Amino acid sequence: MASNKKYWKSEAELNPNDSIVEALRQNEFAEEIPVDEFLGDKENLSATTTNRRDFLKYVGFSTAAATVAACEGPVHKSIPYVVQPDNIVPGVANYYATTIANGYDFASILVKTREGRPIKIENNTEAKVGGSANARVQASVLTLYDSKRVQGPMANGEPIDWKELDDAVKAKLRSLKGSGKQIVLMTQTYASPSTDKLIADFKAEYGGNVNHVVYDAISEDAALNAFNAAYGERALADYDFEKADVIVSFGADFLGDWQGGGYDGGYAKGRVPKNGKMSKHIQLESNMTLTGGNADKRYPMTPTQQKIALAKLYGKLNGSNVGGGTSDVDAAVENIAAQIKKARNKAVVVTGLNDVNAQAVVLAINELLASEAFDTENPKYVRQGDVAKVNKLVADMNAGRVGALIMDGVNPVYSLPNSADFVSGLDKVGISVSFAFNNDETAQSSDYIAAAPHYLESWGDAQLKKGHYSLMQPAIRELFDTRQFQNALLTWMGSEQTYYDYIKETWSTSLLQGSDWNKALQDGVFIGAITEVASDDAEQATIDSSEVEEVQSGIAPIASAIRSLVNSTSSGTELVLYSKVGMGDGRQANNPWLQEFPDPISRVSWDNYMTISKADAEALEMENFNVADGGLNGSYAKLTVDGVVLDNVPVIIQPGQAKDTVGLSFGYGKQAGMQYEMATGVNAYTLYKNFSDVQSVKIEKAEGVHEFACVQLHKTLMGRGDIIKETTLEIFNTKDHQEWNHMPQVTLNHQEIPVTSPDADMWEEFDRSIGHHFNLSIDLNACTGCGACVIACHAENNVPVVGKEEVRKSRDMHWLRIDRYYSSEETFEQDDEKKEGMDGLWGDNGSLGGFREMEDASANPQVAFQPVMCQHCNHAPCETVCPVAATSHGRQGQNQMAYNRCVGTRYCANNCPYKVRRFNWFLYFDNDEFDFNMNNDLGKMVINPDVNVRSRGVMEKCSMCIQMTQKTILDAKRDGRAIKDGEFQTACSAACSSGAMVFGDVNDKDSKVSELKEDDRMYHLLEHVGTKPNVFYHVKVRNTNEA
Amino acid sequence: MSPILARWNPIVLSIRSKYRAKNFDRNFVNMKKVLYRHLFSKVLGLSLLFFSISSYAQEEEAVSAEVVAEASGGGDAAKGKQLFNQNCAACHSLDRKMTGPALANVEARLSEDEGLDKEWLYEWIKNSPGMIKAGDAYANKIYAEYNQAAMTAFPTLSNTDVDDILAYTAAPPPAPVVAVAADATGEGAGSEGGVSNEIILGALALVFGLLVVMLILVNSTLRRIAEANGVILEKEKAEKRTPVWKAFAQNQFLVLVSAIFLLLASAYFAYGWMMQVGVDQGYAPVQPIHYSHKIHAGDNKIECKYCHSSARVSKTSGIPSLNVCMNCHKSIYEYKGNPEGPSAEDIANGYTNEFYTGEIKKLYKAVGWDEENQKYTGETQPVAWVRVHNLPDFAYFNHSQHVSVAGIECQTCHGPVEEMEIMEQFAPLTMGWCINCHRETNVKMEGNEYYEAIHAELSKKYGVEELTAAMMGGLECGKCHY
Repeated sequence: MASNKKYWKSEAELNPNDSIVEALRQNEFAEEIPVDEFLGDKENLSATTTNRRDFLKYVGFSTAAATVAACEGPVHKSIPYVVQPDNIVPGVANYYATTIANGYDFASILVKTREGRPIKIENNTEAKVGGSANARVQASVLTLYDSKRVQGPMANGEPIDWKELDDAVKAKLRSLKGSGKQIVLMTQTYASPSTDKLIADFKAEYGGNVNHVVYDAISEDAALNAFNAAYGERALADYDFEKADVIVSFGADFLGDWQGGGYDGGYAKGRVPKNGKMSKHIQLESNMTLTGGNADKRYPMTPTQQKIALAKLYGKLNGSNVGGGTSDVDAAVENIAAQIKKARNKAVVVTGLNDVNAQAVVLAINELLASEAFDTENPKYVRQGDVAKVNKLVADMNAGRVGALIMDGVNPVYSLPNSADFVSGLDKVGISVSFAFNNDETAQSSDYIAAAPHYLESWGDAQLKKGHYSLMQPAIRELFDTRQFQNALLTWMGSEQTYYDYIKETWSTSLLQGSDWNKALQDGVFIGAITEVASDDAEQATIDSSEVEEVQSGIAPIASAIRSLVNSTSSGTELVLYSKVGMGDGRQANNPWLQEFPDPISRVSWDNYMTISKADAEALEMENFNVADGGLNGSYAKLTVDGVVLDNVPVIIQPGQAKDTVGLSFGYGKQAGMQYEMATGVNAYTLYKNFSDVQSVKIEKAEGVHEFACVQLHKTLMGRGDIIKETTLEIFNTKDHQEWNHMPQVTLNHQEIPVTSPDADMWEEFDRSIGHHFNLSIDLNACTGCGACVIACHAENNVPVVGKEEVRKSRDMHWLRIDRYYSSEETFEQDDEKKEGMDGLWGDNGSLGGFREMEDASANPQVAFQPVMCQHCNHAPCETVCPVAATSHGRQGQNQMAYNRCVGTRYCANNCPYKVRRFNWFLYFDNDEFDFNMNNDLGKMVINPDVNVRSRGVMEKCSMCIQMTQKTILDAKRDGRAIKDGEFQTACSAACSSGAMVFGDVNDKDSKVSELKEDDRMYHLLEHVGTKPNVFYHVKVRNTNEA
Repeated sequence: MSPILARWNPIVLSIRSKYRAKNFDRNFVNMKKVLYRHLFSKVLGLSLLFFSISSYAQEEEAVSAEVVAEASGGGDAAKGKQLFNQNCAACHSLDRKMTGPALANVEARLSEDEGLDKEWLYEWIKNSPGMIKAGDAYANKIYAEYNQAAMTAFPTLSNTDVDDILAYTAAPPPAPVVAVAADATGEGAGSEGGVSNEIILGALALVFGLLVVMLILVNSTLRRIAEANGVILEKEKAEKRTPVWKAFAQNQFLVLVSAIFLLLASAYFAYGWMMQVGVDQGYAPVQPIHYSHKIHAGDNKIECKYCHSSARVSKTSGIPSLNVCMNCHKSIYEYKGNPEGPSAEDIANGYTNEFYTGEIKKLYKAVGWDEENQKYTGETQPVAWVRVHNLPDFAYFNHSQHVSVAGIECQTCHGPVEEMEIMEQFAPLTMGWCINCHRETNVKMEGNEYYEAIHAELSKKYGVEELTAAMMGGLECGKCHY
């Protein structure tokens, strides 16, 4: 029998007639190896006189030469200033307060400069309003060094002088003065008192035919109009979510970019349980957004359902009967109404529905509730775009009624849905000038390109909210031959003034009211005298008692709004257009940090994509799957909106996406003025018909497979509740912390002891009670997952950009990642129960089938975010396996990485339970293969001189910003003083505007971080491993209390 | 050593001015290294140093003062010189236009050319702005001529003081005779030493040569005698014996021992050679402007941190910007040298007074200083110094930590800079050298509130009163490498 046994390598071998088997028997490879292909062409090869020996000689010589050359140190030149500016000391950073107001992002910020180069953006903690920098603002410093910037004024693709441009424009403007044709200024939102005044002056100079059109690429027109109708001003109501006990959001992504954003700080404060209370957040939305991910209760609904629900909610609160609409939202509305009624004026309702009726109803509801979180007295001015005016402008242009079109901060050719009309109209305009940062679509279609400076090179001011002013000052001299729009206007008006003088004049005459200009400039922010609302409480009391009558009197317009909301219907699938946290409206699309920034929800970088629910995807036979190299692949879709086709849209199956809706983000698909690598994605603006972010869409599956660069392939926690510990507010308030924040136990001599006990430890503990001992606290309740810390870390620590291909291979270099998990069941708690309930391998409760099911996220999952960086374990597994002791522990708690010592074995990365170590696979600087900011002279200027730029073949990771802690210590030593709490910061903790990350010295018993470490909610990630990390988390508490 | 880790570390300070030029080539490119020939020239140089001269200084001072005193009329010229140096020298020179006019024989000049008497001068010196305001013709003329730079009023000077100063200005410029004499003696002494040395060496070499020749001659004579007498030399007999190298090859033990010895020896030398790779101790590159630390920090005793001011607050000590140079060099336009004149060694190296003055002119060219009109032209040429101390990019070093906090003398690491004519790297700047100092040096904690708590606890823990940097954690990798 044994002799009959036949061994075979593949099934084909069993078939005696298989030709390949026969071929393989004779040759090693089935096909001829294409040697010529990689050796070059055959003719060259045979013609060459270089033989093998010569080749070896060359190799030998070059090796020897390289070795000898390496022994000689290079000569470095040091070039001091000729005249050193007074305020610059080489090696010492200067900070300047300034403001970003680029038309989409508005914030008061600090700029860190080194030797005159801006290198980092930080929050301006002095600012009461808009003092937090989001991921895009953090990244905006790199945009300053964009190698694709327009470097000087141009006409017809040729560089020209400013004088030439000035002469042409002035002549044209003068000829248009008094003629019937319009002079149109089409600009971004400035929210700038000085620019408003300047434009008024410009109108005065050039007569009544000057028309100022404000254009926001992503419009908040409905909200502005509704507010205008109710309060007589085109502005946006402000909300303070800290004061709200119940937050109900109808599709408002207020942790993202809803109405200009900036709400996460206040929101997070209310989300941390204090005295047994925290806010309750209910979200009704179509796409899974950051806000929805943070909600306690999330209802996936189509925009139509949201409208109906909103109308019905109004009816419930008002006591009136709102009939009609579908009844499938009734249960949700009932629940929400009960919660709101309980909270009364501590509740707030917001909506992101771009529908003037919905916006009006929301304003009415908040008035009705007399919501404390609702502020209409001092509204926000960060969006001013007027759709009607833009539409009229396009019509006027095509009718030949526009003589001159001057554009600043806008790219309508790219971002207008009817951009073809705009381009055809542009031809009929007498003269068109585009103030452009990149040579973008609009710039290319204009007669003149006026090179615009970056905001870090400009003067300016902004009124983010009524009475809250902010100043913009340049942090660097203009890098190129640029001129800002306002200066150009002044020149064209024939004024000798600079815009700086103009602002100063405006401020001293009308804003400062005797306050010091220099002080305002130093602080960056200034709060003007606002007429205080006389006694809030008294007013509320009257509203409370007479709310019904009040509302009754104003019900006439609301009633019709309610009617139209209730009767809204949809035909087919609804496409919900949104903006991504990392890209916004796309004005910084040429920024590699933002391209590589993984979306907090989908964790996909370098792309936009259509999000679709699993059920819909299955119906359309669309799929996502992982391939062997760990990359995520997905189908393509073809979207048709009212005849406009967008083809080859990659598809991501998004848990939580409302059925019958799909999402697609703005900001991608830009081609002009972009580096090739950054021209990613598809342009969703083409589907933005009538500036409505909800469109009826036809979806078909398209051919082909898209390759994503997704950094997180595993979506669920698989019931491992100890990674993100969470509990409900009820349990948190009533039970002992051992119940909901259980310390893992180990058995020692048949006794259960906590894993942190010294007896459970095989290491001798180093005494860390002397000196500083740094800890980082991360509150999972306060963390919204916004990702500002990721970019801040990028900027502070010279983290390289690796590009889409490398990210796809999981070679992303982010030192700090924000993991996002979905529950597989309705809640994470049910996941844990399911895992606990498993029994055996097979069967209903079997682990084989069970775990397979748990890999899939629920249709409406709970979401949790968890920032993970090096945990700086006191008993670090990485340190013990390093063969060259390149990674070691400091007594201040930091796990230190000596790059110059590392030989790249990567044992440490293998042994790290948190997977936070990053390996430099390639030389990411001075390498044409990675043509991002570290590979051109301009982009290199953003590099932080206090941190190494790591080379190929070394391991790198979070250093707990040791360069920052060392700096703080040195400053204190030099001043001869003790260090106060709050002085120690890391890049991430300083960037965190929600207060989720707190850094400090736990040996300082008065510090906030040591207090947080003693908190009942404190736990360490993977505590049972016994690594004793210096980063700790706070248990996430969800408010599941019902009314 | 692991691959190059490039810390983006632009010590280059001219970036701002470069921006203006819209030029992003920041000279970071590796330049060819200036070869420095140390050993040989250094040994020679050191031996010559012993012949330097001293102790003429005071004598000369006295002599010149006497001359001046004799020459002057009314005032005390010696006192006048002192007052002139204190009050006037920043803007005036005797024989040269500076911020203000040349003042040699000013009194005579004014009375002859302008008909102005001493009284006018008294008033002008004590209150020049007042005179300009009052509309004095010559006052306004001179004010306009010198770029409307108002002269500081000196109300504190008495008429006698002014007389003294005028006496000094009236004296002929100090005769250079003394200096020349000193020069001559210096030269003589220097050259004398050199000659005698060479003669001794030459004589010795001659003697040795003669000895060798004699030996060869004797040997050949003996051979010839032996041949003539028919004596068979040992050499022919020896041929029958096994040659030494063969015997050596056959003795395996010896071969083994010498192989081991050779290997160890070569390993020793290879190690030694490799350990000096990248260690540039003694590196003294040629600089674009011959700046002598010896003259500035040594002879003139200028504090290091006057020029390298950022060492107090920054991680870099900073190469002073050219405006710092001009603080002094606006008025110091020529090198007058040591009172005793240049040493023989200096002259051998070409370090004459004219040479140094030429270097000052290079500074003027770089900073764009128009000496004639005493103003800046605005045409600047930043100086590309060759960096002497090149710490690897992966090592973080902060000057202020060591200079301000620890109070370490600059010379501890940089050596006797005040004696260096050409700046050179004194310390090896190796990690071992850093670590060693951190192990041995006690941290200066007194009176620094920052250290209070940590000192109390650590000194209890280690049972010592003084703590070294190492005890504070100064040996941890991450303190310097991040």
